[in-house]
Amino acid sequence: MGILSLDSLIRRPEAGAFLGMAFVFAFFSIFGGATFTSFAGAASWFNVAANLGIIAIPIGFLMIAGELDISIGAMVPAASMSMGIISGFYDLPIMVGVALTLGFGGIVGWINGMIVVRTAVPSLIVTLGTLFAVAGLTLFMSIVLTDTTAVSLAAPAWAKAVFGKFYFGSYQVIIAWWLGLTAIYIYFLHFSPWGNWLYAIGGDRESARNAGIPTNKFTILLFVLSSMSAAFVGLCQTILFNSAQVSTGMSFIFNTIISVVIGGVLLTGGFGSVIGIFFGTLTFAMVNQGIYYTDFDRNLSSLIVGVMLLIAVLMNNTFREMALRYSGPKQAN
Amino acid sequence: MKDKTPVLELQDIDMSFGPIDVLHEISLKVQEGEVLCLLGDNGAGKSTLIKILCGVYKPIRGAILMDGSQVEFNRPRDAADRGIATVHQFGGTFPLMSIGRSFFVGVEPTKKWGPFTFFDRKKANEIAVKAIQDFGITRIDDGNRLIGGLSGGERQSLAIARAVHFGARVLILDEPTAALGVKQAAHVLRIVNEAKRRGLAVVFITHQVLHAMAVGDHFAVLIRGGIAADFRKGDKTREEITDLMAGGETTEDLEIEFAIRDGPVEGRPHSAAP
Repeated sequence: MGILSLDSLIRRPEAGAFLGMAFVFAFFSIFGGATFTSFAGAASWFNVAANLGIIAIPIGFLMIAGELDISIGAMVPAASMSMGIISGFYDLPIMVGVALTLGFGGIVGWINGMIVVRTAVPSLIVTLGTLFAVAGLTLFMSIVLTDTTAVSLAAPAWAKAVFGKFYFGSYQVIIAWWLGLTAIYIYFLHFSPWGNWLYAIGGDRESARNAGIPTNKFTILLFVLSSMSAAFVGLCQTILFNSAQVSTGMSFIFNTIISVVIGGVLLTGGFGSVIGIFFGTLTFAMVNQGIYYTDFDRNLSSLIVGVMLLIAVLMNNTFREMALRYSGPKQAN
Repeated sequence: MKDKTPVLELQDIDMSFGPIDVLHEISLKVQEGEVLCLLGDNGAGKSTLIKILCGVYKPIRGAILMDGSQVEFNRPRDAADRGIATVHQFGGTFPLMSIGRSFFVGVEPTKKWGPFTFFDRKKANEIAVKAIQDFGITRIDDGNRLIGGLSGGERQSLAIARAVHFGARVLILDEPTAALGVKQAAHVLRIVNEAKRRGLAVVFITHQVLHAMAVGDHFAVLIRGGIAADFRKGDKTREEITDLMAGGETTEDLEIEFAIRDGPVEGRPHSAAP
């Protein structure tokens, strides 16, 4: 039966993600030289992975449920700004800024979820709407309230230590958050009964509802989670860099989706794993940062990401076919 | 047998969507350990009837009785709570979920470890595999297999086994054999027979007369929203039933035509609503 046999590992959703990560790591270890794998060098891709990964996993949940949330692209800079305005410009306590910013994220997520659940409009379109709405609101509010598009924030030491500080030289504290949240999400999706609900919703929403799963509430909650995660990343960045500017976080949209897809999540829903998304995020971050350690032209990094995405999708399809064909350990061929 | 109170009974059910009458004075009953076959061509109102039985629609007039007392289904959950389980054409299952996981969707077995609740995968797999093996599908022996890897017949069988496991008393099978090959269909029919043997009341919706005759005890033919014929096993031949279903309107018209000219035609019912 061997749960750890090669055969059973290959049928898991993260099989492709893991192989991809191993390949990319080997590639940049060779061409990037010793700095890529050195303790200080690894920090750069761990930092990128952590900022991305905290959002990527909730986005992965949404994709497993058959939905998408691209409004996070506006949510990250909006949260940065909101944190800067509340605790920097108005000088309110850090916890007030954190609470209000997360609350703002929650409200945007709730609006996304309600519209998706109540109307038949695809979530891509709904969140495209809120993406622009939030981006516009952020710019408008910063000008109205502060008359600038950049604010600074001086966070107390404890807040820096918790939300935004470099440890061991160049490791951001958000890495710890990322690892912790990943552990919680692994429990949620793979070990708790609610994970089963998520797969069921993504597999067949109608049947899931008939089986007594509160599909609507669950979907709204997933949107709230993704939006709040984006808000969290935004506020951590403000605390880390002591300032916030009105900017766009559009790269977050594609980068999270790429990480999730490389991680083996099926775009049409119903299939995927947290550890796969974790690997996918690390892989993306390695390519994104690894290019700087090589002699290659930096512009090639997008090319590599693009090709890798296509390979990942093809590979994941193959592994999924293998999972479907699997018919029990006792059958000989 | 005939004196027993039917598990499920419909009395003069009328249904319409706006100005369109879909069902007209439908009365049916099904007893424990009995298979009622609901035959009808496309558009005869079969799916509307199913949706009334499983609580998706509420009929405009008429009553639904269970064990002799009137019940009301406001949503699918109400019907499910009373033991009415519906299995749809494609099994209504989740192709990329494992057998064990999909078997327990919504009613996951759990175990506690400290403050955490865990989905008990081992238990789920064991129960699911046992339930389906009890129905004679011995080829399935690993609960980790994905639903999408099963054959159409196995999926149907799994869905039926699931319904029975969770205490269904009335099994509504919506065209379970429509998309299947001969061998697979025989498989499902065997499962239907097993469900009947276990004392379930089965409503078997189909347009395949052969499949209906293989397992049915009681037959009702639905034509244009009305019951055109209601008879028991052995009362009619296969050709007669096929004629009834397929011919619906034209046969009826012909009969009237013949009746006027030659008097009634033997063996052919003309009970359809005028």
